[in-house]
Amino acid sequence: MALTADDVKRVAELARIAIDESEARAVLSQINDVFRLIAEMQAVDTRGVEPMSHALDVTQRLREDAVTEGDQHALFQSVAPHVEGDLYLVPKVIE
Amino acid sequence: MHKATIKELSARLAARKLSSVELTRHFLSRIKALNQKYNCFITLDEEASLGQAEAADRLRATGRGQALTGIPIAQKDIFCSRGWLTTCGSKMLSNFVSPYDAHVVERLNAAGAVNLGKTNMDEFAMGSSSETSYYGPVRNPWDVATVPGGSSGGSAAAVAARLAPGAIGTDTGGSIRQPAALSGICGLKPTYGVVSRYGMIAFASSLDQGGPMARTAEDLALLMNVMAGFDARDSTSLERGREDYAREIGRQARGLKIGLPREFFAEGAAPAVMKAVEAAVAEFGKLGCETVDVSLPNMRLSVPVYYVLAPAEASSNLARYDGVRYGFRAPEYADLPDLYRKTRSQGFGWEVKRRILIGTYVLSHGYYDAYYIQAQRVRRLIARDFAEAFKRCDVIAGPTSPTTAFRLGEKMDDPVRMYLNDIYTIPANLAGLPGMSIPCGFDAAGLPVGLQIVGNYFAEARMLGLAHQYQLATDWHRRIPPGCDA
Repeated sequence: MALTADDVKRVAELARIAIDESEARAVLSQINDVFRLIAEMQAVDTRGVEPMSHALDVTQRLREDAVTEGDQHALFQSVAPHVEGDLYLVPKVIE
Repeated sequence: MHKATIKELSARLAARKLSSVELTRHFLSRIKALNQKYNCFITLDEEASLGQAEAADRLRATGRGQALTGIPIAQKDIFCSRGWLTTCGSKMLSNFVSPYDAHVVERLNAAGAVNLGKTNMDEFAMGSSSETSYYGPVRNPWDVATVPGGSSGGSAAAVAARLAPGAIGTDTGGSIRQPAALSGICGLKPTYGVVSRYGMIAFASSLDQGGPMARTAEDLALLMNVMAGFDARDSTSLERGREDYAREIGRQARGLKIGLPREFFAEGAAPAVMKAVEAAVAEFGKLGCETVDVSLPNMRLSVPVYYVLAPAEASSNLARYDGVRYGFRAPEYADLPDLYRKTRSQGFGWEVKRRILIGTYVLSHGYYDAYYIQAQRVRRLIARDFAEAFKRCDVIAGPTSPTTAFRLGEKMDDPVRMYLNDIYTIPANLAGLPGMSIPCGFDAAGLPVGLQIVGNYFAEARMLGLAHQYQLATDWHRRIPPGCDA
């Protein structure tokens, strides 16, 4: 099954990546090459095989419900593109 | 002194015959002279490095030094190092000065190691040639017309060119082992969960693992002793007692059963690679090891499975780069969605964007079961193959990479050809097993060949012991690239 340039544009929108028509067409053939490679594993009979999401069977660790992080906002905001009054600035969302 | 191993340098520091400041200055001056040729380093900070060296010398003077105290170590630019530019090889993080240290960096600092600089890499560790970096390609010290492998190519080339005695890297599908092989050095990807991923910029979190790169198995053990350890801030970090990774360095290899998967020896690898690997297997025979034939029947599915799982996890992990809290922001935009789209379009290179698109597609509604869940099921089949094989042998051996170093630009237009570089390394990541690469010969063009050793879970010490015995009997690891010995 091959993807179309429209599929690429739809996925790019989901991934919030601007892509124009010529870029979509350029990346399409490479993506379809990768999907031809992926098709090899789709043919395998995996009935009854439990999906393996993790390398080792470990359970999620729990910890005390206590504050472990101090206030470091000034340090973290020092690398932000645009900050004012301790707030991250973005273009206005609501008129 | 740049030809000495970490172990030798450590002994000279301990005997006070050498200071860390002298040693660090020596490597920094070599880097200044040679980095232009290889492009191994993205960022150097002489003042910071020498400050750490002075502190290490003070610690040594009080007699409280450890093995790595005062040793300069290059750090792949995927590890967050406080106060250092940390770019992950991407325009997206080209202005990111990390406000915190990765767990591995904390541990190196606590041991008194010196951060020698941040090394070049494929953008967000996506690549097998170190050509996708925003900072330009790394060149292989054995032949600058060829690639050093990737994604930890800057770390590998720096160690090979004797610009650093050791380095740290990360391995998601082979990114420590494949560049180690192509650059003629040693590299170890530990069992998943042994080295904390905290502060290691995420690519595919169920596969990513940090590890050491150096010139001998013994040096890898010294680095592992510092890098490994439980960290509550990584939810997949394993709670295990401390272990000495050098404990089997002196152990004879006699009686060890080495499994040779027929799929590793069947086809695909270049004749020069197979010849060197077969000679290494014969050397193990001389050391008293037995060989057994084993099989990994689903190995051929590893690359297809990986190119579903890794892009899927990457598309989720890289969603955080939105131009709001840190990193690059597009200079012009109309509104908030436009800010996101332009920032991500301009901040990521095409290899990264292609993988995000693939990952988003396989996770999207209607395709999730056919791709993502199916890939996870086949992943289990591959892990079961290893479990079967390890019933019959102690370690598995074979080639690290199907070829020696290839020419710059040769595979850049053909992603699938590039991806097949990792056919022998990806299976260990999928299963979560430890894997390493050590030098085992050269091809006719004088380019190094790597031997891969894969062990069962937590078998690192045993693998390092076997590699050390091999390195006592051979001298491939002592060969120096042309122009790097003086």
